[in-house]
Amino acid sequence: MDKKIYKNPIFVSNPITVLVLGICSALAVTVKMGPALVMALSVTVVTGFSNFIVSMIRKTIPNRIRIIVQLVVVAMFVILIDQILKAFAYDISKQLSVYIGLIITNCIIMGRIEAFGLGHKPIPSLIDGLANGFGYGIILVVVAFFRELLGSGTLFGVQIIPLSWYVKNGGFYENNGLFILPPMALILLGVIVWVQRSIQKELQEKK
Amino acid sequence: MDTNKNSYTIIYATIMVVIVAAVLAFASTALKGKQERNVAVEKQLNLLTSVNLAEDAAHAADKNSYVEKEYAKYIKTSFILNYKGEKIDGDAFGVNLKEQYDLMKKIDAASQSDGKVSEQKINGMKAQLRLPVFVCITNDGKTADIFSCYGTGLWGPIWGYLSIADDFNTIKGAVFDDEGETPGLGGEIAERSFQMQFAGKEIFKGDAFTSITLKKGGATQANIKHEVDAISGGTMTSRGLNKAIKQWLEYYLPYIKAKKDANSSNLSK
Repeated sequence: MDKKIYKNPIFVSNPITVLVLGICSALAVTVKMGPALVMALSVTVVTGFSNFIVSMIRKTIPNRIRIIVQLVVVAMFVILIDQILKAFAYDISKQLSVYIGLIITNCIIMGRIEAFGLGHKPIPSLIDGLANGFGYGIILVVVAFFRELLGSGTLFGVQIIPLSWYVKNGGFYENNGLFILPPMALILLGVIVWVQRSIQKELQEKK
Repeated sequence: MDTNKNSYTIIYATIMVVIVAAVLAFASTALKGKQERNVAVEKQLNLLTSVNLAEDAAHAADKNSYVEKEYAKYIKTSFILNYKGEKIDGDAFGVNLKEQYDLMKKIDAASQSDGKVSEQKINGMKAQLRLPVFVCITNDGKTADIFSCYGTGLWGPIWGYLSIADDFNTIKGAVFDDEGETPGLGGEIAERSFQMQFAGKEIFKGDAFTSITLKKGGATQANIKHEVDAISGGTMTSRGLNKAIKQWLEYYLPYIKAKKDANSSNLSK
């Protein structure tokens, strides 16, 4: 199998930093590591399996209702994940609130189904979906890492920055409130894109 | 086979929808019990937290069983009040606070309509209010009544529970939660460090009801017993919470006053 299927989406054609898809949720759920990780996992599962299912039935889908069929498949997985989170990870499901439901509208998923699932065999489609979800997830986790560490001084809710450093305890340190707000996530994303483009020269626009 | 025919498309869509519906219905039935338990446990935990109990819940190995056990141990009685402070039948735990809040909004609108809506009709609406009270018996054998509140913040609903000690004046503790307040700003109302400020505050100044107010810049010296520090950057949320606490406590007031008066006449005897 072509290695590009699972290598490309993670870096070379990362859905967030190169294709600039799925930005909305990347801004919304990256305040803390826990929810970001669950969101990343959920999107990975949804892209992977909906790509797989659509690819399996791709030859039977009536062309005129193609998009509707894809949406139904994606929506089914999203609702299943929402229900499972509500039953087994209630606290995280509360923090993610509407964003789980909004996975349905995540452009990465429909994009991958249209661009890949409809034209390839099920197994490569599954891998393509999972890899794209992973590429999305990795950016989410990186952004969440900086936002939680600098905005709340914790990682996964565990205090990382020593409490004695804080101004209120007589130290010199203060959490940066800006990191908690969505604009900072956008700035962090910009920095990640910048870093990637300086490594991967072919992405730079020619003057 | 021609996948572009109308009949094929219709049959395809029908079968697909039936299969998906079956899968989702099965998942929903299979997980319903667990989901409902989670919701109930969260409410129980909030109620316990408002009396500063069950602080170990976050570290408990089996959070759900721990909370249920603590709840059964401390909160044994609960009842519903009407707006006159009389007990009415029903399950206090199942009262939907949002419905009561919507009703309160209607009552407010009606009473501000300059007599267009008759007094009788307003009272009829008030009579439908169902105000839940939970009675907690703490380790020292004293009781604390837990009152609910529900209102609107900046982005969506906010709600919470206030526990008042057996003098029916001093706040024992409080817990608040929100659906979508900005984390780090308005969302701070859900943080324990904010909620802990309420402990020890009083809702009466002499005999006059004062409620508890979130004050920008911290409690003023004159009202140190009735104010807490509001949230910087969370003005709208603070205002919403002020209103929610005041509105709900005012509806609870007949009951609280009756209890408070009974207490003070007991003391003077």
